[in-house]
Amino acid sequence: MSLELKNVEKKVGIETHIHSTNLKLEKNTINILLGSTLAGKTTLMQIMAGLDKPTSGEIWFNGENVTGKEVQKRNCSMVYQQFINYPNFTVFENIASPLKITGIKTDEIKKRVGKVAELLKLSAMLEKKPDELSGGQQQRTALARALVKDSDLILLDEPLANLDFKLREELREELPKLFEDRDCIVVYATTEPLDALMIGGNTATLLEGNVIQYGKTLDVYSKPENLTSAKVFSDPPMNIAEIIKTGDTFKLADNNVQWKSNVQIKDGKYKIGIRPHNITTYKEGNNSVEINGKVLISELSGSESLIHFTNGNLNWVSLSNGIQQKNIGEDTKLHMNVNEFLYFDQNNRLVNHG
Amino acid sequence: MNKTFNQKAWLFVIPVFVLVAFNAAVPLMTVVNYSFQETFGSNVFAWEGTRWFKEILHSERFHASLGRQVIFTFIILLIQLPLGIGIALTMPKKGWGVPVCLILMSMPLLIPWNVVGAMWNIFALPDIGFLGNSLNTLGFDYNFTQQSGDAWFTTILMDVWHWTSLVVLLSYAGLNSIQPAYYQAAEIDGASRWDVFRYIELPKMKKVLTLAILLRFMDSFMIYTEPFVLTGGGPGNATNFLSLDLVKMALGQFDLGPAAAMSLIYFLIVLLICWVFYSIMMKDEARS
Amino acid sequence: MNFYILTKITDWLIMAKITLKKLSHSYLTKQNNDSDWALRGVDIDWKDGGAYALLGPSGCGKTTLLNIISGLLKPTKGEVLFDDKDVTVLNPVERDIAQIFQFPVIYDTMTVYDNLAFPLKNRGLSETEIDSKVKEIGEMLELTSTLNNKASGLTADGKQKISLGRGLVRSDVNVIMFDEPLTVIDPHLKWVLRSKLKELHQKINRTMIYVTHDQIEALTFADQVVVMHEGQIVQTGTPVELFEKPKHTFVGHFIGSPGMNILPCEIKNGQINFEGKILPTNTSLKKSNFNKTQVGIRPEFVNFSKDGIAVKVKRVSDTGRHKVIDTECGSGSIKILATSSTQIPSGSAHITFDQKYTYAYGDNWIIE
Repeated sequence: MSLELKNVEKKVGIETHIHSTNLKLEKNTINILLGSTLAGKTTLMQIMAGLDKPTSGEIWFNGENVTGKEVQKRNCSMVYQQFINYPNFTVFENIASPLKITGIKTDEIKKRVGKVAELLKLSAMLEKKPDELSGGQQQRTALARALVKDSDLILLDEPLANLDFKLREELREELPKLFEDRDCIVVYATTEPLDALMIGGNTATLLEGNVIQYGKTLDVYSKPENLTSAKVFSDPPMNIAEIIKTGDTFKLADNNVQWKSNVQIKDGKYKIGIRPHNITTYKEGNNSVEINGKVLISELSGSESLIHFTNGNLNWVSLSNGIQQKNIGEDTKLHMNVNEFLYFDQNNRLVNHG
Repeated sequence: MNKTFNQKAWLFVIPVFVLVAFNAAVPLMTVVNYSFQETFGSNVFAWEGTRWFKEILHSERFHASLGRQVIFTFIILLIQLPLGIGIALTMPKKGWGVPVCLILMSMPLLIPWNVVGAMWNIFALPDIGFLGNSLNTLGFDYNFTQQSGDAWFTTILMDVWHWTSLVVLLSYAGLNSIQPAYYQAAEIDGASRWDVFRYIELPKMKKVLTLAILLRFMDSFMIYTEPFVLTGGGPGNATNFLSLDLVKMALGQFDLGPAAAMSLIYFLIVLLICWVFYSIMMKDEARS
Repeated sequence: MNFYILTKITDWLIMAKITLKKLSHSYLTKQNNDSDWALRGVDIDWKDGGAYALLGPSGCGKTTLLNIISGLLKPTKGEVLFDDKDVTVLNPVERDIAQIFQFPVIYDTMTVYDNLAFPLKNRGLSETEIDSKVKEIGEMLELTSTLNNKASGLTADGKQKISLGRGLVRSDVNVIMFDEPLTVIDPHLKWVLRSKLKELHQKINRTMIYVTHDQIEALTFADQVVVMHEGQIVQTGTPVELFEKPKHTFVGHFIGSPGMNILPCEIKNGQINFEGKILPTNTSLKKSNFNKTQVGIRPEFVNFSKDGIAVKVKRVSDTGRHKVIDTECGSGSIKILATSSTQIPSGSAHITFDQKYTYAYGDNWIIE
């Protein structure tokens, strides 16, 4: 079972919402579409579901061309950001609704609904109406309704975005387990890189209607093909600067910070990308370089410190473990882990790392 | 959105098509047919070309009734819009007062229009009508059947009574959609009641008010039944609005050709104004 | 010039101490049980100029509390005092507060300049005073280039800045309240606006109260965080205190990503018995007659070791900067947070808890 998009393009008037995309999703995989708000995730998912037709290109499912086939004929289900449930039905009726249409026997419906409700911890709420439930429970109902169909394709469009921070964490943890024993393809859209990293599976980074990179989540994260993919997959944002390489010495273009590395690339100008957690107030790794900075602001969560600092015209962020209180304007010394640097050429393509 | 097509849905539309064709499309084509010809009844037609259109557009009679109609619509809009918004502002947003107010406001809209006309006819009779009698007792010289000023006054009063509720209900719906945070922020900013109306309520009601203006314009511009029952167009020609005049021409004098031409001109004027409104609304949509 | 200096001094002097005494509020006219109350017996004592956060899940009462402090809501019971003056019945204008809401509240028909000037106009300031204040705040919030544009044309974060600006522009503002202000902001801009708010607080030093369900927002912004649950305050403290020593299991669970591991245990002879082992802890466990005893340890303070508690490693997630390991033992699941370079054993393993951060909880409250 596989879902394949061949040269799929979507234009609305003169605007291109999705540029020519080729994607192949395999059975039993969770595929994450990662990108900012208007990157095209929802449009792409609607095309996959059949709610929308591409202006050009084809969609193949299980070796069959399903382009133009109505969504009712395709075996898929969708969960939205806003908790979409039938307000007049109880939780049980909500979950049973896709099964009722297919004409399955009442006993069988009861059994399947019961099983899914237990999986999503809704067994005690089956007789309640959606407006009596909390946000998290409403979204679980929507999820249950999507799962009970046993569809081949399950699409989740930022399902956790409207939930409280903690609820989001909990549900995010449960999601991979929900899809474990099912033979289906799951597509999950989100704006948070952490969602992708915690769920795992495969990730496609999107920007302005383009799929920039697709592959195993950790691969896309640690070996981004280009600077755009790296930027999309960074939260807090990646620190970027111009550098010059001569021999085995690297130097930041605009100030004196230099380091040595065995990275095999030609001499010349490059761009460097450093994730905030690779700049810390303490030394990490066996190859680190110091950088001085003037503190703009330090943000302390219970266990980590985010220090925003400037150096010349660099405006960077560092993330260190532990609490490091720094005052505005203070001069501070930070350490950058050279082994984690990502090098990009002048065309923004990744040339090497570490 | 380019949704997949479901052809079977068209089957549901066929009965409507038939009805509309029977009630609207065919009569409209008949009118167009008549407007270009001269007829003496019994299906005898003589081609006149654009003669009727030219005659109508140059006729004093047409200018007079069109003028009356424009003034009437203008006055109606001038009164009903502020009044409607004002009433909506005083209506409660929560509690048992809400259904009571909504029902009170809906009631005038539910009365058949000729009954409205008849009601006000009796109500305004100078000798036995409550309004007419009271005004005359108070010292006003009031007689809507004989004085044109009084006829206008009564017609306008009747229309305001009948239709302001529509503006009220639309404005109320618009006001209710404003989130409380806006009022709270205004309170914190120290804004006066007038500021709140001018900077928060009015801008947020824009869409709803455009609709209200459009509906009231169309209805008042095409008004027929109520003034017909109330004044019959009189005294003399005082309240002879465009549609009243049109019917007089068609049915009274049996000048079908000119009447048909006038209908079409009437129709085109209304269509033009509607198109203007539509363009304004579309421009707003595009901007937002 | 003297007037200018005077206003600067009074700016500095006008701050407010906020005291809340036994505040309770219900949205119902009659209350039959605890759940009919949105707030139950809240006591708060805040000093001037601090940055405070009200943190809790949806429905915990934080927005209710905020609206009572700002005067948009009158409490069913209790008192609100600003600088020891009872303001419980005063409306927002009389309390000199500013509030920023979840979605940007701006006057669409006005320009950015007029939006910022509006509260000052209503308070009768002169044109020149208004102009200098608006330009000052415009620069602070990086809105200078858009001052003459129509406010409705800005992006969501620009509009929120205008909302914020209208509060900052008034020098008589005692307290600025934020009701989940980053809700509609794009995720990649959320981060920018968040640090901007912190920067702002350090610059202008006025009391700011920030309501949110997002612990990162609360912990990075506030000097003192008030954790709320079901209408009550569960714990108040600095972000570090809440993280290192949660007094209630709810605080342990709610703060930290992932939250604290809380598992059932037994207290015998003043010691924690867990999974057949005695866990060393720095707290003396004097009391021990509880219905429910639990041990709490944050994932950051669990380490793999040669011997210790036996667990099975179920799942490892790599978030780039650390690894989240799900393990399972007889009493339940234990999460571990380890650095990216840590070697994770597979299958069976042993773990130990950092003694300094191991706590025992009786009936959900910490045993000290």
